[in-house]
Amino acid sequence: MPRSKNSSTGILEVVNASKNFGAVRALDGVDFALREREILALLGDNGAGKSTLVKVLSGIHTLDEGEVLIDSKRCRFHSSVDARAHGIETVYQDLALFDNLSPIANFYAGRELKKPSWLGCLGLLSEKRMKQNWAELADQLKVNIPEPSEPLALMSGGQRQAVAVARAVAFASRFVILDEPTAALGVRESGQVLELISRLPSAGVSVILISHNLEHVMQVADRAVVLRQGKKIGEVEATPENRTQMVSMIVG
Amino acid sequence: MGIVRTGPLLMLAAIFVTAALTVPVFLTTTNLTNLGFQASIVICLALGQLVVMVTRGIDLSVGSVVALSGVTGSLVADGSLSGGLPVVATIVLTGAAVGLVNGVVFVKGRIPHPFVVTLATFTIARGIALLLANGDPNTGMPHLVQELGAGTVGGFPIPMILVAVLAAITFVLLQRTQWGRWIYAIGASAEAARRTGIPVGRLLISAYVVCGVAAGFCGLIVAGRTNAGSPTAGNLYELDAIAAVIIGGASFAGGRGTVMNAVVGALMISVIRNSMDLMSIQAFWQLVVIGVIIVIAVEFDVLRGYLEDRTRVLRARGTL
Repeated sequence: MPRSKNSSTGILEVVNASKNFGAVRALDGVDFALREREILALLGDNGAGKSTLVKVLSGIHTLDEGEVLIDSKRCRFHSSVDARAHGIETVYQDLALFDNLSPIANFYAGRELKKPSWLGCLGLLSEKRMKQNWAELADQLKVNIPEPSEPLALMSGGQRQAVAVARAVAFASRFVILDEPTAALGVRESGQVLELISRLPSAGVSVILISHNLEHVMQVADRAVVLRQGKKIGEVEATPENRTQMVSMIVG
Repeated sequence: MGIVRTGPLLMLAAIFVTAALTVPVFLTTTNLTNLGFQASIVICLALGQLVVMVTRGIDLSVGSVVALSGVTGSLVADGSLSGGLPVVATIVLTGAAVGLVNGVVFVKGRIPHPFVVTLATFTIARGIALLLANGDPNTGMPHLVQELGAGTVGGFPIPMILVAVLAAITFVLLQRTQWGRWIYAIGASAEAARRTGIPVGRLLISAYVVCGVAAGFCGLIVAGRTNAGSPTAGNLYELDAIAAVIIGGASFAGGRGTVMNAVVGALMISVIRNSMDLMSIQAFWQLVVIGVIIVIAVEFDVLRGYLEDRTRVLRARGTL
């Protein structure tokens, strides 16, 4: 693979990333760089390697070859906790939500506020504080959940997506990765999520967006990287003029 | 959706009233005290079973743990230490130890379902209990153990008080702590919990330890009540515990169930058994009736899932 030496190097770089699952080569020498306050789209057909890449960046998988650099420093994530420690939050395609818990509990899942911190996970939950903080954040992010204390199982697809995105956005210090955030949504709900995404760079967050929907990509993304069969095919500005080029790169 | 939460309580009330009206001696003090003793055993096991069932697990070993912990307790009681506290500690710690084995083998052995692991400890614990006791009950428990299992305060069974305290502790753990929140999260989706950074393995092990401790306390009550450590005690108790939790609205699919409703489920089973005993109905019928109630309870669970789906669809359409 040609190693392009861009003048503006990214704050998050993936270099020569390769990953095998048995005989399947899911990633084959992929390079790309995410710049500061950029929304970078990752495009490709099913099985192109997008989801594998996401899982590598969020600490679920480790690379067989290649590396991930943040601020030019080599990082190796062994779990999602490691990735988070580097400021990376991920919204998975299946959302990784808990149907039996309320939106607020989902929002705080794994980082609940609690009273005596020395008790570890036996500390008592500070439900009041979580409720207040959620109300403020939901207001800031313009996320509207009418009944945030009811189980998530009763919420619509858009509301669930909103909870997942809000969780990532609120806790991400630097990067948010979104895997098909609009796939399950209607037109109006997609619009709300896209608007939320487009506001992220101004808050200092850089975004990797995976989507099948080119309209959505062109609407919010700055650049697009196209993958096919685990390889990077090319990289273009995500503008309507480049639409045909993107399509031809995706389908090959 | 309220019916799902209060349903078991209404059912218990209906069964209680029916028993009170149709069984002549049901409401006598003697019988209610007796019912309290019986119920404390089922409630105690149901509390622990609830915790593992919320994680989408199951613990088949609890009945055998009742036997094993009673026997280990009786061995300590036979020795020079007869103060009571060492015996209590031995009984409860035996439960914790079996729970720890269950959890560690299940999690570290990467075994797909706890059914197999706890089925193994179900026979192993029973076998060790029989070996240690040479097949016969060891009679003679310290006064403290007898009081905890068979004593009364103003006619009120002490084991009921013990179990009420345990229920309160379980409630706080499950509903008020981060640990409890994580237990429910794991039950809904262990994979999502892992991705959220929850230490799933350690949490699962702790759930089986909690269940083992509850089984140990049940062993304490049984040992006190029979004044013996019997290797044949607790036979089939695990089924009552599982049935109580299911009747109380928990789901085999995990993530659901409350302490209140598990206690209600345990009371329901105890009232049914007690009143059928009083009516001199053959014990075999009790098995049939409890089986039928389990099927009804599971059907409720299916119905609840359906109602949730409907609610979601209607809300998405904006008609609710």
